[in-house]
Amino acid sequence: MSQAANTGIQERPVPTAAASRNSLSSRSLPRWAPAAFAGAAIVLGVGIGAAAGWQSRIQWGLLSAVLFVVISYVTTSVVENQRQAKDRLATSIVWVCFLLAVVPLASLVWTTVSRGAKVLDVYFLTHSMAGVLGTAPGGGVYHALIGTLEQVGLATLISAPIGLLTAVYLVEYGKGALAKAVTFFVDVMTGIPSIVAGLFILSIMLIAQLQPSGLMGSLALTILMIPVVVRSTEEMLKLVPNELREASLALGVPKWRTILKVVLPTAIGGITTGVMLAIARIAGETAPIMLLVFGSQLINPNPFQGAQSSLPFYIWEQYKIGSEASYDRAWAAALVLIAFVMILNLVARGIARWKAPKTGR
Amino acid sequence: MAKRIDVSGLSAYYGSHLAIEDISMTVEPRSVTAFIGPSGCGKSTFLRTLNRMHEVTPGGRVEGKVLLDDENLYGSHVDPVTVRRTVGMVFQRPNPFPTMSIFDNVAAGLKLNGSYKKGRLADVVEKSLRGANLWNEVKDRLNKPGSGLSGGQQQRLCIARAIAVEPDVLLMDEPCSALDPISTLAIEDLIGELKERFTIVIVTHNMQQAARVSDRTAFFNLAAVGKPGKLVEIDETERIFSNPSVQATEDYISGRFG
Repeated sequence: MSQAANTGIQERPVPTAAASRNSLSSRSLPRWAPAAFAGAAIVLGVGIGAAAGWQSRIQWGLLSAVLFVVISYVTTSVVENQRQAKDRLATSIVWVCFLLAVVPLASLVWTTVSRGAKVLDVYFLTHSMAGVLGTAPGGGVYHALIGTLEQVGLATLISAPIGLLTAVYLVEYGKGALAKAVTFFVDVMTGIPSIVAGLFILSIMLIAQLQPSGLMGSLALTILMIPVVVRSTEEMLKLVPNELREASLALGVPKWRTILKVVLPTAIGGITTGVMLAIARIAGETAPIMLLVFGSQLINPNPFQGAQSSLPFYIWEQYKIGSEASYDRAWAAALVLIAFVMILNLVARGIARWKAPKTGR
Repeated sequence: MAKRIDVSGLSAYYGSHLAIEDISMTVEPRSVTAFIGPSGCGKSTFLRTLNRMHEVTPGGRVEGKVLLDDENLYGSHVDPVTVRRTVGMVFQRPNPFPTMSIFDNVAAGLKLNGSYKKGRLADVVEKSLRGANLWNEVKDRLNKPGSGLSGGQQQRLCIARAIAVEPDVLLMDEPCSALDPISTLAIEDLIGELKERFTIVIVTHNMQQAARVSDRTAFFNLAAVGKPGKLVEIDETERIFSNPSVQATEDYISGRFG
């Protein structure tokens, strides 16, 4: 302060109490207002719902949501002004939508965990259904877990390189009719229902007189996985700034080395995430497995010969039996499948963070 | 090792659009040549034809001849990759490789080309960073990512990266336009040192900069928007700024248009 005086900078006039009521500030709701609105809306919604004798809790919730939006808007437009009210309206709609999206997810996770945890233990994870009567308790998911791991692993091994190279072609080299055709067919492939992919491989199997095996399932999964990998990798490669390619080319680095050493490492985090999401998508496919892998109660670690099982197939199979014990097993297997996909996602995020371009000093 | 560049009758196209038309000039070795002119007159395009970066742009093609010490860059058996190793380039916006450390950024040209001896790499990196006046600022953090440096440091890192492959010619496309005056001064000093070893061509919008750093200056202009850019004149920098032979040059330099 004294320095300011020394350098001759004029001090600003201190605003008086009267001046603080100037045109820049106006009446505003306290920070806890949204919470209060939400509380009031819930109380009102439940009250009206109970008074009207509505049976469904969903109706209560929806009424509360609508009331929350209305109360926020009206109160804000009365206390504050029209612009703030619109802002509040948009904010509360976003919140309501968020809750509407989260409620089913949370309920799904809750149901799966609470019902699946009953029989999920080490025994369940390490034993197959060999010699276990479908209606009797006991047995496990080991054979299905192995099946899923091998089929998904094989499918990834086949489709990740194909998808990656296709995307590199489309972004770095492709122009003209061929690139357009490839893009078109990738788009078409994205829309193929899994049962159609399964039938396609089945027709080949019948023509070539092959027996059902894990590999056949993997081939169908590959058809489903390739377009997803191509699309996500393509988007990631497009995000790599052109300046980096030019910088590398201007150093006299050939184009293929530029792609390999500069473009791909820059995008590797996003590419990994894309591949993992594609894996998550195919891990839950049931139809091709039913057609091509046939299903089995026994442990078959060889994906190239003989029938196998897989987690989604196992869930369907157990649910179809319809006994108390098999329902428990189905839920436990569903929990295992969700955990499998979630672990993959976490690994992908870890890799993406580890490989992402660093910005630290 | 600096080389002379002889350009004759050079035109560059983007698809069917003629960007620069019929340019002929000589760039002397161990000197700094500056290109000035209004935006869109094809300075950068012309610069990029000098190391065949123009054809990296989709639809980019070139007619005419560029002789680098009597060897035509656009000859039928010339590999553009070899040309770019001989004629290095620094871009307008600093563009260090984000996945690489400071060390790896400088070593990138050698490493990616696979033509280096392990033991020599550290020497080359130090020499290049010293050459770019950056060594003292980064010698303690060579393993940190290059994108963590300030803008001016990043640009000097890019210059170090370009000189690490020991080109004969160094092209600079507005290397200071994204930098503050102090970083600009650092890079201008650097250009003064580098011209002892390299032939340097620099595009700039800053007339004072052209006057400060260059030995010869070329003025480019275009007749109208959509018309191709042309070389108006090239001469000693002193002549261009004191007594140019074309009226348009004087108008541009004295700020009467552009």
